[in-house]
Amino acid sequence: MGAGHGHHLHFHGHSRVHHLPAHVKLVTLLTFVVAVVLTPRTAYWAYGVHLLLVLVAQRASRVPFGYFAKRMVVETPFVVFALLVPFVATGPTVSVGPLDLSRPGLESAWALLAKGTLGVMASLVVATTTEPRHVVAGLEKLRLPNLLVQIMGFMVRYLEVVTGELARMRIARESRGFRARSFRAWPSLASTAGALFIRSYERGERVHLAMLARGYQGQLPVTHPLTATPAQWRVAGAIPGIAVLTLLAAVAL
Amino acid sequence: MSTPVLDVKGLAFAYPDGHQALFGVDLHVHRGERVALLGPNGAGKTTLVLHLNGILTAGAGSVAVSGLPVTRDNLMEIRRRVGVVFQDPDDQLFMPTVRADVEFGPANLGLRGQALERRVLDALDRVGMVDFIDRPPHHLSFGQRRRVAVATVLAMEPEVLVLDEPSSNLDPASRRELADIIRTLDVTVLMVTHDLPYAYELCPRSVVLSDGVIVADDATREVLTDDALMAAHRLELPFGFDPRTIPAP
Ligand SMILES: Nc1ncnc2c1ncn2[C@@H]1O[C@H](COP(=O)(O)OP(=O)(O)OP(=O)(O)O)[C@@H](O)[C@H]1O
Ligand SMILES: [Mg+2]
Repeated sequence: MGAGHGHHLHFHGHSRVHHLPAHVKLVTLLTFVVAVVLTPRTAYWAYGVHLLLVLVAQRASRVPFGYFAKRMVVETPFVVFALLVPFVATGPTVSVGPLDLSRPGLESAWALLAKGTLGVMASLVVATTTEPRHVVAGLEKLRLPNLLVQIMGFMVRYLEVVTGELARMRIARESRGFRARSFRAWPSLASTAGALFIRSYERGERVHLAMLARGYQGQLPVTHPLTATPAQWRVAGAIPGIAVLTLLAAVAL
Repeated sequence: MSTPVLDVKGLAFAYPDGHQALFGVDLHVHRGERVALLGPNGAGKTTLVLHLNGILTAGAGSVAVSGLPVTRDNLMEIRRRVGVVFQDPDDQLFMPTVRADVEFGPANLGLRGQALERRVLDALDRVGMVDFIDRPPHHLSFGQRRRVAVATVLAMEPEVLVLDEPSSNLDPASRRELADIIRTLDVTVLMVTHDLPYAYELCPRSVVLSDGVIVADDATREVLTDDALMAAHRLELPFGFDPRTIPAP
């Protein structure tokens, strides 16, 4: 099966982390991220503990580290921003070689980088081990409003249909000699976007008819309620548990 | 005679934009029949199909399914009795997995647990798709999706199965496999199709709809060999196909 079913983040596997119910992973993630965000920026040792926790979870997922690392590029904008802060921030300065850098700027940059990196890594551990449709099921289990859950569910299902439609329209354009080189191409691109919107809208109507035809009355039936054993909660809960203890220790010290 | 499974009387319908698509359609289909609904593009076939399970409501006239009139109060029961397989399987398969999709209908009817599981496996077995149960529908081939679409409807155990152009876009082997499936089903079938050899092969009786009225209702062989009727309603046999030389199946 290789790397999932063509979804870009999920990595097909059978590790303990993969098998945890989605809602357990979501609660774990949320608690962990909150603990990281609340950790004082100068408690450097606490960040070391947090990083260790994420790495333990990552190794337990048995997703190759290279696959994992490549997907961390989403963080690039934060890194760039963090690198700029010491140069533009004001306040007392420290000299690093020929450069005078702002001390509060350096500290904010460090905090931004550390918190951002930990957040991205933790989210990726969940994303690489959970199929999008299970994430949706997990959110439903966590009592997210049913309508939102349905919208996300359909997004997951039809994303590929819509991108497929977009790809077909691009092929149709290009086989008739179109090339998006300059602003003169914008009107064609805009009308493609318009056509895509209409097509998606009309598909939405047809799907709705098909749902009605099979007895849909406004609620998706819950056929396989997600359940988590106390043991699963304990295993997953260990990570945010330690993170919260670390946070408390860092605040108290 | 027994109550017809499908009983359409004087059905007329205009779309909200004012376009009148049906002008007084009469159609009776009895239990166990397989009937082909033929007619040129824009004749109103899909519009008629959408009335059979109450998605569109009759402007004039009436529709009844096994004696139960199609009205707002009866919609749930009507939709259990009439299973519609739409033209484009991507419209029909909207859940993230084949299993979830086949479950959708019977779960709406209130089935859960073992009973639901049995329904799903049974329906997928009838179309030969059990092995694909945990796959996402958008990773199946077109022919496989069409078969799953049929299963989603079979899982509701309908009294009548309505298929809108079931053979369109299928390769010859998938087309034949679907024919084999339809033949083994023990339900009443109404099949909209432009594929006249398919109609001849599967349906002993054919109805021709043209410009919103029924213009013929006879044995498929009689309809297909009536040259004047065929020409008047833009129906053409494919090259080399002559029902006169092929014994009725
Ligand atoms: N949503 C709509 N609004 C207005 N008019 C419509 C709508 N859908 C269909 N029509 C019109 O109603 C008529 C019948 O359409 P219908 O889709 O029932 O034809 P059909 O027999 O299924 O054709 P085909 O063989 O091409 O599928 C056509 O003239 C069509 O333009
Ligand atoms: Mg049609």
